Amino acid sequence: MADPFLSIQNVKKSFGNVAVVKDFNLDVGAGEFVSFLGPSGCGKTTMLRIVAGFEEPSAGKVMIGGKDVTGLKPNQRNIGMVFQAYALFPNLTVAQNIGFGLKVAGMPKAEAQARIAEMLNIIKLPDFGDRYPYQLSGGQQQRIALARALAPKPKLLLLDEPLSALDAKVRISLREEIRSIQKKLGITTIFVTHDQEEALSMSDRIVVMNEGRADQTGTPFEIYNRPSTKFVANFVGTLNVLEGTVSDATTGTVKINAEEIGLKGKLNGSKSGDTLSLALRPEAISLGRRPGNDANLTGQIADVHFLGSVIRVRVGVGQNFVSLDTFNNSSTPPPAVGEKTEISFSSGDVLVLH
Amino acid sequence: MSVQAVTGTSDVTAILPRRGGFAGSLSDLLWRRPGLLLFVMLAPPLLWLGVVYIGSLIALLAQSFFSIDEFSGLISRELTLKTYGDLFQPANLDIIIRTVTMAAMVTLASAVVAFPIAYYAARYARGKWKALFYLGVMLPLWSSYLVKVYAWKLILAKEGILTWLFAKLHLSWLLDSWLSLPVVGGNSLSVSFTGTFIVFVYVWLPFMILPIQAALERVPGNLVEASSDLGASPGQTFRNVLFPLALPGIVAGSIFTFSLTLGDYIIPQIIGTSRLFIGQAVYAQQGTAGNIPLAAAFTVVPIVIMGFYLWGAKRMGAFDAL
Repeated sequence: MADPFLSIQNVKKSFGNVAVVKDFNLDVGAGEFVSFLGPSGCGKTTMLRIVAGFEEPSAGKVMIGGKDVTGLKPNQRNIGMVFQAYALFPNLTVAQNIGFGLKVAGMPKAEAQARIAEMLNIIKLPDFGDRYPYQLSGGQQQRIALARALAPKPKLLLLDEPLSALDAKVRISLREEIRSIQKKLGITTIFVTHDQEEALSMSDRIVVMNEGRADQTGTPFEIYNRPSTKFVANFVGTLNVLEGTVSDATTGTVKINAEEIGLKGKLNGSKSGDTLSLALRPEAISLGRRPGNDANLTGQIADVHFLGSVIRVRVGVGQNFVSLDTFNNSSTPPPAVGEKTEISFSSGDVLVLH
Repeated sequence: MSVQAVTGTSDVTAILPRRGGFAGSLSDLLWRRPGLLLFVMLAPPLLWLGVVYIGSLIALLAQSFFSIDEFSGLISRELTLKTYGDLFQPANLDIIIRTVTMAAMVTLASAVVAFPIAYYAARYARGKWKALFYLGVMLPLWSSYLVKVYAWKLILAKEGILTWLFAKLHLSWLLDSWLSLPVVGGNSLSVSFTGTFIVFVYVWLPFMILPIQAALERVPGNLVEASSDLGASPGQTFRNVLFPLALPGIVAGSIFTFSLTLGDYIIPQIIGTSRLFIGQAVYAQQGTAGNIPLAAAFTVVPIVIMGFYLWGAKRMGAFDAL
């Protein structure tokens, strides 16, 4: 990136002997929405807390707007943070909570009042100023927390799993709201989550983290369709894995059980006799032969889940099982368990995992 | 399942045979009538509180409306406010003001000393350090009160370790000039109000530390982080976040330290000047002087002061966060 707004350079963090963040690098452009996605314990929250200034990195530095902030205390960084557990001040009203950052910065009262009213409008809770946090639902509290973080006009917004304490419906509406507010204000944002759906739907870019490292950084489209490691492929989306053996590396023929499929140009230097893991998204596999699908395998229906508009079918292929989705069609009954069947896919959709 | 089966009055066959014997039917009875169980459990403590405790308080209150005949020394059982009037004689008023001032100073000092200790225990101490904290705070409460007070008398005496320490540090002049001050001074610390104050603070400190620690324990750590993230300096975080949230604990602790100081008569007896505190006045009036009505009136003073204190604390919103 030519001129990154936030730049995390070679950051490492250990607690005692445990290395939680191992050599993390990332450049974030101004106004960008970047998610840290990973399972719990992958170091994503620790990395966020290093950016916020709550943890000091063991090595490396954090630059915001071209300035090294590594040694600065959190209150000198001008960052807004939203916490998983809301962290609203229980002894203050909603308006006082939102105005907290303005008050400690010494903003004149009238100006602060106007800013508080503006923030309450942005989060669509204009009449809630006099209430106390305990009188609000989780979703409302988290919107207040967002308004509080944004009120002092921070340069950077950090969201630490802000939606994970909420129920499913609120979660979806709030994630759309957060994204639209973020776009409107054009504020650079880091969003930490373990929920791939949130990360995929909200982000400009996703950093998939595993064991303290950034496994892959890319747009949601890239992360989902072209995962660069086995971990990313497994963590993001549902994945079918077929074990195969390279039978002829020059022609790109791979043997799965007794059948062969051609994967020319996808084997990146594998030799004949190597075993490979071939991954396929459920939506890339069709039941039966299809024009355009150049790879066919035989199998047996193991399970049928009728989900309404979609039918998810599990097919046993030798030792492996693959899941695939077909659309519901009122005139064709779903396949029966135990039926022999053929599955097909395009060799271009196969991800070869190393 | 019918309602009858639950109440046990029908012939519906139960899944298990009925328990036999007196204990069995008693257990069944109490299970069917939870109100009866509650009554059986609460009656003894309520009787104790109601009759023995509240009853004697009312008897005491009643006594304070009697008066003593100055010539015969006999108690006149006519209701009068004369005894309360006596409280406002300069000598008695002095005692009240002295005691209340001491209680206020002790409470303030206890809060200031207790807060950092409680803060450390609530936010940083973990595992064995936490156990050590509880032990350190509670241990003095397990040893005899009198032993502690006499130990302090030795520490504070003119020949005691404190005087010796000041001499070693070449600070005797500081101690001497403090002792030469009016009111707080005296011949030595053990016979001055300063000494009384120090021992009061020492003895009541645990009662202040524990409620503050409990209050701070309930403050989530992310509130402090959120405050600092919003640009607040540590001082601003203390004033705007920690202190208001610890206030219920401080008030709870101060109720202990304030009322215990108001009523105590042993510490000022052993360590301090010959000028009386309320507790000593009560002791003297009901004992040697035989003026039970005045003793009772003196006893009412701390009760009234505590009433006002709690009312004021409530108005300040100290209990809102409970």
